[in-house]
Amino acid sequence: MSERILVAMSGGVDSSVAAALLVEAGHDVVGATLKLWGGESDSGCCSVADVDDARAVARRLGIEHHVFNFGDDFDEHVVAPYVADHAAGHTPNPCIECNRHLKFDRLLRRADALGFDAVATGHHARIAVLTDGSRRVARGTDPAKDQSYVVHMLTLDTLRRVRFPVGQLTKDAVRAEAARLGLATADKPDSQDVCFITATGGRSAFLGSRIATRPGTVVDGDGRPVGAVPAVELVTIGQRHGLGLPGGGDPQYVVGIDIPGATVIVGDESDLLVDELGLRRIDWVGFPVAGPLLAQVSAHGVPRPCHVFGTVVHFADPERRVAAGQTVVLYDGDVVVGGGLVSG
Amino acid sequence: MDGPWHYLDHAASTPLRPEALAAMVPALRDGVGNPSGAHALARQARSALDGARDTLAEVVGCSPGEIVFTSGGTEADNLAVRGVLGARGGRAVCSAIEHHAVLHPVQAADGRVVAVDARGLVDLDALASALDDDVSLVSVGLVNNEVGTIQPLVAIAEVVRERAPGALLHTDAAQALCWLDLREHAAVADLVTLASHKCGGPVGTGVLVVRAGVSVQAQQLGGGQERERRSGTQDVAGALGFAAAAVAAAAERPALVSRAGAWRDDLVAAILAGVPGAIESAGTAAGSRSHLVAGIANVCLPTVDSEALLFLLEHDHRVLASAASSCASGAQEPSHVLAALGIDRALAAGSLRLSLGWSTTQADVDAARIGVPEAVGRLHAHARDGAPA
Repeated sequence: MSERILVAMSGGVDSSVAAALLVEAGHDVVGATLKLWGGESDSGCCSVADVDDARAVARRLGIEHHVFNFGDDFDEHVVAPYVADHAAGHTPNPCIECNRHLKFDRLLRRADALGFDAVATGHHARIAVLTDGSRRVARGTDPAKDQSYVVHMLTLDTLRRVRFPVGQLTKDAVRAEAARLGLATADKPDSQDVCFITATGGRSAFLGSRIATRPGTVVDGDGRPVGAVPAVELVTIGQRHGLGLPGGGDPQYVVGIDIPGATVIVGDESDLLVDELGLRRIDWVGFPVAGPLLAQVSAHGVPRPCHVFGTVVHFADPERRVAAGQTVVLYDGDVVVGGGLVSG
Repeated sequence: MDGPWHYLDHAASTPLRPEALAAMVPALRDGVGNPSGAHALARQARSALDGARDTLAEVVGCSPGEIVFTSGGTEADNLAVRGVLGARGGRAVCSAIEHHAVLHPVQAADGRVVAVDARGLVDLDALASALDDDVSLVSVGLVNNEVGTIQPLVAIAEVVRERAPGALLHTDAAQALCWLDLREHAAVADLVTLASHKCGGPVGTGVLVVRAGVSVQAQQLGGGQERERRSGTQDVAGALGFAAAAVAAAAERPALVSRAGAWRDDLVAAILAGVPGAIESAGTAAGSRSHLVAGIANVCLPTVDSEALLFLLEHDHRVLASAASSCASGAQEPSHVLAALGIDRALAAGSLRLSLGWSTTQADVDAARIGVPEAVGRLHAHARDGAPA
């Protein structure tokens, strides 16, 4: 059945091929590039070059292309919380918040209002249909590129109106498809990291100009000072470098951060290991799932066997500590069943 | 939805008038000569170019030698601002609602920006206090491109003469030619910008009127064309098209002003009645519009995002309009003009500019009159907690 679909085209190869596949499948396709960040970025001011790439692909495919400026929403829902979370010593994932608030909320509402049946993106994830007909996010076919973690928040209702056309393809297959279609973005490198953080300045330059940072004391498990950091707000759990520690001995990791006390606690790798992880709350997709699950704690992390009781994730084997504010996604096999933010 | 477009974006670019096309075709087909050359075809091109120059001088109320052809309004504005600062030094002053082609060069030269009131009229007291002997150029657009406000140039010139007697007055009249007689309205300006494609001529041709005795430093160096004020081979066909369009626009002006003014009134009334909370952007409480040109209806619609509205108008009603200025990426940016009028950012995000011109028909106006409230209703149905779709 032909649908009217709005494709979010970032100017990258995945969303380019997503649009192309939908056109080939006979859908009525319109492309839209979201202008989210007006500041400095690695792809230039206002990402004009990326918009041009998306427009070139749309022209090649013979589809309409629009630019939607969601800059105010991006500031409000992604950048400001990112800054505030870091100020509170948490480690947020801004790409997840962008998906939650921009691509799968604002854009979806925009698409509804403009008469589209669905929104498609270039994410490497699949949509599984369960026996009861309801849908779930499932891992993409290419394990190295799977992005189900960053789109885990999709609800049952939202999932009916979202399409992931490249989720069934490996990245190589996506590039081959782009080359076959003669798309200008076929050889474009994958985007890396957070779009509003530049490679040269990094996270500390971005945050340093937006929050008041304070120097911190680094102490060992007994409270003895062993080092110093220039900005305690920029330290992350598990960090090994930049702690001003004397050389020699076993590697030391950040195992605790006390922002009000401006103190960072370090320990051995064994001190980093925990048996359980508390979440602020768990958003189940559909209904809570009992029984053995898999927990993934970072975008490309290895899923670990666990059980969930209430809002606590119990690992089958000790697992490294995870920073407060990071996202834990729960899978039943390859299927996303829920997720939540680490408390702290 | 199929059918003809209802083009209500004349302030962005007007459809080419048939008179302009007719004037250009022979020059494009047969006019091989470079007007700076010496041979017969070059002399023919030069003659055609100077004919266009004479015609434009007549329409604008200047002498032919005061016309400097440029590639458009933006180049003319840059030549005015940078050319005067380059020739005389000093400081530039402009209003807060100038087109970016004036605002950016003024800001780049560390100039001063003067506030306007809610109607878009320059605050003469603020202007007076921004002026001193340092100021060498004051630039105030005759007709604003977004909201259509007509500035009282004579009163502005008086303030300039009193507070900064050495300063020159520039006016960007790109949006004015269709609506105002420049022989009267721009007479007081030392430099006047014109743009061909805002009055039915081709894109890519503009004029800076540089009154006798005023010197500007050329910003393009080269062959010294246009009396050393703007180097580069002149676009003869463009000049001919512009001249033909300007003549047609001037001849039609009284009729168009009354026709478009009535349509504009209808449009604004229908939108204000059909969309609760809508405002006329540079309007007055009493509804008087004597400070506005006839052809621009600019409204701000609550809980609406212009991008979505323009999409629905295009797809569901075949109405082509615009909002604020577009940025380099093609995204709609918050308008500096609406901000200067004191309209808050959220309301300005729902701005809509419907601009009329020589080709506008009753059917175009009807489509917008019906389409805008309908599209807004649909968008409101998808808004959430006061946030637009």
